[in-house]
Amino acid sequence: MKISTNITGPLGSNNPVIVQILGICSALAVTVKLEPAVVMGLSVIFVTAFANLVMSLLRNGVPSRIRIIVQLVVIATLVILVDQVLRAYVYDVSKQLSVYVGLIITNCIVMGRVEAYALGHKPWESFLDGVGNGLGYAMILVIVAFFRELFGSGTLFGVDVLTRFGYTNNSLMLFPPMALIIVGCIIWVHRSLNKDLQEK
Amino acid sequence: METLNLFIRSIFIDNMVFAFFFGMCSYIAVSKSVKTAIGLGAAVTFVMVMTVPLNYLLNQYVLADGALIEGVDLSFLSFIIFIAVIAAFVQLVEMIVEKFSPSLYNQLGIFLPLIAVNCAIMGGSLFMQQKVGESIMNVGDSIVYGLGSGLGWWLAIVMMAAIREKITYSHIPAALKGPGIAFIITGLMGIAFMIFSGIQL
Repeated sequence: MKISTNITGPLGSNNPVIVQILGICSALAVTVKLEPAVVMGLSVIFVTAFANLVMSLLRNGVPSRIRIIVQLVVIATLVILVDQVLRAYVYDVSKQLSVYVGLIITNCIVMGRVEAYALGHKPWESFLDGVGNGLGYAMILVIVAFFRELFGSGTLFGVDVLTRFGYTNNSLMLFPPMALIIVGCIIWVHRSLNKDLQEK
Repeated sequence: METLNLFIRSIFIDNMVFAFFFGMCSYIAVSKSVKTAIGLGAAVTFVMVMTVPLNYLLNQYVLADGALIEGVDLSFLSFIIFIAVIAAFVQLVEMIVEKFSPSLYNQLGIFLPLIAVNCAIMGGSLFMQQKVGESIMNVGDSIVYGLGSGLGWWLAIVMMAAIREKITYSHIPAALKGPGIAFIITGLMGIAFMIFSGIQL
């Protein structure tokens, strides 16, 4: 029961991006096309899950004064692994993601979950919590990228969808500000459905 | 001229917030009042001016291909080195400020630890690494780039805080209050900042 909420909570009422406003820095820049958004989402799922697992295993051995630096080292190591794998196998996508892979280190979701959850819970639960929060993040990325690629380039995953019906591409969707406005609208819809999240 | 161009570019055209979304987490969270926004902006700018040149030197003399040992490319370690420099520097600043100026420490105290995980700082160093050899040629350029990026972030968060103070009394749909409207305002400000693109000195 409790373990299943670790996965489903972050997808709905406790989403890391649109409810806790964490990890937006990298969430928006990689959403021009669906492909980099999916790769970025998978990378973050991997890093949050394993950072949570490792820190949960280490939680009794690390003095709290130096925990931040230990966390940064663990996270940075995982991110370097991801970066090297991406460069080896999907070089084009890794070029598009440019510095944003490195920025997973400072992604507040990873640090936030390690700090708030993994340091106080058992490894398996922490691992699932990491997977859940990574999924919640990936979900928002994919939604934003879906709208931006569909209306900005008329394609989905590079496959022509709208232009064949005579659609003229709206290049404004490809500019950075539209990603912010789409996230604003997602928050609007989400909070209309979950009234208890609304601010007074 | 080239240096001035880099400075203007990093503030207005390649603005950390509006063009790259760096430092959005604290940007949304701490932009509720102008006073705290100024404090955080100052701290970010300071840390950025110091860490970008430090990381530049490390990049040139330790990490670059063949810089430390002939034929060894250590650039895959750059993430871990950069974040270690930033975290250590923030820790150092915190201790120095606490020792010599307790009043400033009380004003900035809560923001300083936050800065270590501010994406804008790490992003500044990573972009600096990409620009080496193109627009950043020496330590001076890297200081200018750090200063410009920090000032751009400062400008953005202060403007945002001023707007959010103004809209406190506006009738916004309940579901859009707080972060929702903040995102949309940032988007509109980003569109306004697009008029700067193409400026070349």
